[in-house]
Amino acid sequence: MPRPAEVTLPSDRAVRVTRTFDAPRQLVWDAHTRPELVRRWQGYDGWDMPVCDMDVRVGGTYRWQWRNREDGKGFGFFGTFIEVDSPSKIVHEQYFDPGDFGGDMPAGDPCVVSVELSEKNGVTTLVCNLTFASKEAREAAVSTGMTDGMEHSYVRLDGMLSAAA
Amino acid sequence: MSSSERLDLTFAALADPTRRAILARLARGEATVTELAEPFELSQPAISKHLKVLERAGLVSMGVDAQRRPRKLEPKRLEEAVDWIDRYRDIFEQSYQRLDALLEELQATPPRRRRTRR
Repeated sequence: MPRPAEVTLPSDRAVRVTRTFDAPRQLVWDAHTRPELVRRWQGYDGWDMPVCDMDVRVGGTYRWQWRNREDGKGFGFFGTFIEVDSPSKIVHEQYFDPGDFGGDMPAGDPCVVSVELSEKNGVTTLVCNLTFASKEAREAAVSTGMTDGMEHSYVRLDGMLSAAA
Repeated sequence: MSSSERLDLTFAALADPTRRAILARLARGEATVTELAEPFELSQPAISKHLKVLERAGLVSMGVDAQRRPRKLEPKRLEEAVDWIDRYRDIFEQSYQRLDALLEELQATPPRRRRTRR
């Protein structure tokens, strides 16, 4: 079983997420670049992804939209691929599309999202670097209504401190 | 101070390994500057400097004993920081757990049915 994603803050407007997957790198790459696979995993609990258009090449654009299963409201992201190096690195500029769901990314766009994949012994390590336009945008990315109903209240205080000791 | 500014202070304070070690020590109970300086092999002024950063970030406060002036952990601010990190983790984990399942399914599929772009 892969361990939960590790989140670190390399700078005041960046977030780095590291996660391993029990699969070869090519498959993880496919899952990130083939729309029919992307729409099956990328998103949020309780949301479908009716729009997943991706033209995966440098300068190519993409559009992702999610729709809430309960109230039908939607939002999404769109942008341009700025680096595509199969199967190890893909970078895109991401803009927020509030749709009819709302929320905003103040002083926020675009966010540069870089995904790097490396493989060792059949296990792929993914490092996702999000570089926001400002630290306020980094804040907004987690404080939109999207996350309000989520259960995240348990605190790993002990774990954090013992890791630091 | 806005919550964003407060988080900045907290994360800046947490960015230093000595300060994290001081917090880990204080998580086990109050300690004076002298008691803190000992295991870290740091001078008392060096410890005091780190403590000042931690106090400014609201992570550490002065205990009640005016004579010994022990420092104690203020867990609330640390919880806020951990909570913020957890939110990010949870947003990604929602997707990544689905990706785990998808990758498992793809690996169980006979290779000839799998189109792989090179």
